[in-house]
Amino acid sequence: MVRDVNSLVKYAIFSSAVLLAPLLFSGGYLMNVLVFVGINTLLAVALNLLLGYAGQISLGHAAFFGLGAYISGVATATYGMNPWAALLSAAAAVGLVAFAIGFPILKLKGHYLAMATLGFGIIVYIVFNETVDITGGPSGLSGIPNFDISGFVFDSDLKNYYLVWAVTLVTILLSANLVNSRIGRALRAINSSEVAARVMGVNVSLLKVQIFTLSAVISSVAGSLYAHTMTFISPASFGFNFSVELLTMVVIGGLGSVYGPLFGAVLLTLLPESLRAFQDYDIIVYGLLLVLITMYMPGGLVRGIHVVTSFARSKFASEVVKNAQG
Amino acid sequence: MTVKSVKITVVALGLLLLSTALCWAAPPIKIGGLFSITGPASFLGEPERNTAQMVVDEINAAGGIRGRKLQLVAYDTQGDATKAVQAATRLIKEDHVVAIVGPSTTGDTMAVIPIVERAKIPMVSCAAGIKITEPVKPWVFKTAQNDYLAVQKIYENLASKRIKRIALLTVSDSFGSSGREQLKSLAKRYGMEIVSDDTYGPKDTDMTPQLTKIRGGKAQAIICWGTNPGPALIARNAKQLGVKLPLYMSHGVSSKKFIGLAGDASEGIFLPSGRVLVADLLPKSDRQKKSLLSFVRDYQKHFKAEGDHFGGHAWDAVMLLKGAIERGGDTPAAIRAQLERTRNFAGIGGIFSYSPKDHSGLTKEAFVMLEVKGRDWALVR
Repeated sequence: MVRDVNSLVKYAIFSSAVLLAPLLFSGGYLMNVLVFVGINTLLAVALNLLLGYAGQISLGHAAFFGLGAYISGVATATYGMNPWAALLSAAAAVGLVAFAIGFPILKLKGHYLAMATLGFGIIVYIVFNETVDITGGPSGLSGIPNFDISGFVFDSDLKNYYLVWAVTLVTILLSANLVNSRIGRALRAINSSEVAARVMGVNVSLLKVQIFTLSAVISSVAGSLYAHTMTFISPASFGFNFSVELLTMVVIGGLGSVYGPLFGAVLLTLLPESLRAFQDYDIIVYGLLLVLITMYMPGGLVRGIHVVTSFARSKFASEVVKNAQG
Repeated sequence: MTVKSVKITVVALGLLLLSTALCWAAPPIKIGGLFSITGPASFLGEPERNTAQMVVDEINAAGGIRGRKLQLVAYDTQGDATKAVQAATRLIKEDHVVAIVGPSTTGDTMAVIPIVERAKIPMVSCAAGIKITEPVKPWVFKTAQNDYLAVQKIYENLASKRIKRIALLTVSDSFGSSGREQLKSLAKRYGMEIVSDDTYGPKDTDMTPQLTKIRGGKAQAIICWGTNPGPALIARNAKQLGVKLPLYMSHGVSSKKFIGLAGDASEGIFLPSGRVLVADLLPKSDRQKKSLLSFVRDYQKHFKAEGDHFGGHAWDAVMLLKGAIERGGDTPAAIRAQLERTRNFAGIGGIFSYSPKDHSGLTKEAFVMLEVKGRDWALVR
C-alpha cells in the first residue's frame, strides 16, 4: 500500500475530482472528450512505467493499444464474444506477444531500441491495413458492442466516463505502489546504470521484459476500452503518429512521476479542442506551446508547476517578512 | 482596476451585447462540417471545406433559405476516427447543428455513424465506401459515387467493343482492394473473363514485371485500379514495353494531374469519370451542365484552382440539405425525411434520387467514359 499520507491525500482529492467532474460537464461534448482523456491517461501511465522509471524508450506503443482494440473488436463483432472476456483475452494475448518480443528487443539500447520498437509498431500497423478479411482494412471495423453488466449497457459518454476512469484510477494507484516498492527501486537503478543494477543483484534483462509486458498489457486494456466505447476502430488511430503523441504526453507531463502522465494526457487531449478558436492556425499555436513547455519546463509540467508554486511561496513568504518589517 | 482597463471592459461588454443582439435578429440555421483538412487525406478535406463554405456564402448572398441565413461550423478530423468522433459530438452537443456535411473519409464516416444515429441528426457523407449506405442507416446519406458504378461503366464499354478477356492490375490499398473486389464480382454479369489478376504496392516505382506477364497472356484489355502516381507509371511502362492492348484506368485518376504525370503515354487511355472534368464538353441537353458550370466557375474565382470531384461531393451535400430545408423546415427529423424524398436532383456527382432503400442515390450514369486525346479529355459516346 502507499504508506505516505501526503500522496494518499493527493490521490483522494484527485479521485473525488474525477468523480464529481460530470456534475460540471455532463451532457456536453466535453464529457466525450474526457472519456478519451481517461484512455490516453491510461496509455501514458503505461508508457511512463517503461520510459519514466525503467528508462526504456518505446516508439511502438500504439501497436499494443491497437492490438488490444483489434483483438477485442474482432472477437466481439465477428465472433460474438462477451466484451469483458474479449478484454481479458486481448490483454493475455498482447502480454504474450510483448513477453516474446521483449527478450530480443530489450537487449538493444538507446536509438537501436527506439528503431526496433518503431519497426514493430509499423509492422502491426501494416497488418491492420492489409488483412482486410479480418480487420476490415483501412476503412475500419464497425459494429463493436458496448460493455454491459447483466443488462446495464455502457452506451453513453457518462457511463463510459466512469468505466474508463475507474480503470485508470485503479491503474494509477497500482503503478504508484509498484514504483514505490522494491521493484520500483530496481527499475530506477536500471534507469541510472544497468551495470550497477546488475552488481546489486537485480535481474536486469528479466525485469526489463516484465515491465515492458506490464506496460503492453495496460495499453491493451486501454485499447479494449477504446474499441468498446467507440464501437468502431480503424488503423489510422494506431499509427506511428499516435505512438509519438503518447511519447509527447509522457515527456510533456513529466517523466518518472505518478501524475505526470495525467497532466500530459489532459493537456494534449484538451489543448487541440480549446485551440479550435484559432481555426487554421491551431496547429501552429499547438506546436509553439509544446516547444515553449519543453524549453522552459524541461522536467515536464509536474515539475514546472512545482517550480512555479515554490517560487510563488518563497515570494509570498518574503512579502510577508517585508510587510512585518515595514 | 485602472480607469483604462475599466474602459476596455465596458467597450468589450458593449460589443458582446451588440453581437448577441445581432444574432437574435435572425437566428441562422447551423449545419456542421467534418472534413479532413490536414493529415494524409487533406487532398479530400481541403477542397470539400472550401466548397462547402463557398456554397453556404452564395446561399446567404442570395437571401438565405426561407429568409434565414445558413451557418457552417466546420471542424478538422485530421483523418483520425477519434478526432472525428470528438468533433461530431461537439457539433451536436455544443453547436446544436441540425445536419452534418462530411466526413471526408470512409473510416471517419463509419466512426461517426453510431453518434449521429443515436442523436438523430442527418448526415450527408462525402466519402465513397459502400459500407456507409449498405445496409441503409436511417440518418446517413452520401454523395460520392460507389466504386461499382465505375466498374459497370467500364464493363459496359468493353462489352460494346466485344472484348471479353481482361487483365486486372490493382493497387494494394483500400481503394485498389475495393475496386478489385467489385471488378471480380461483376465480371460474370457482363460476360468478362479475368485471365490475370496482379497487384502492385502503393509506393512501387516500376510495374514492368506485371505488364510483361500480362503481355505474354491472352488478355484483350488491361484494367488498372489505383490513384496517382501508380497508374501514370503503368501507362509509361506500358508504352516503353510497346504493349498494344487498350488500357482502362479507374475514376481514381480522373484529374489533369494524371495526364501531366503520364505525359504522352496517356494518349488513348480510357477511364470512367464524374462530369466535372468535362463540363464544357457536355451537350446542352445534359441536365447536370448548369450545376457543373457554375461550380467550376465559382471555384476558379474564389480559390484560383480547378474545382474537382471532391469539392463536388461537398457541393452536392450542401445543396441537398438546402433543398431539404426549403421543402420541410429546419428540424433534423424534417430534413431527414425530405432528404429521403429527394428525386432527380442534378448535382455535381450525378443525378441524385434517394429513397428509403437507397441512400447513395446514383446510377452508373453518374459516370461518363473519357478518352485521353492530345493531352486532354474527350468524351466517348
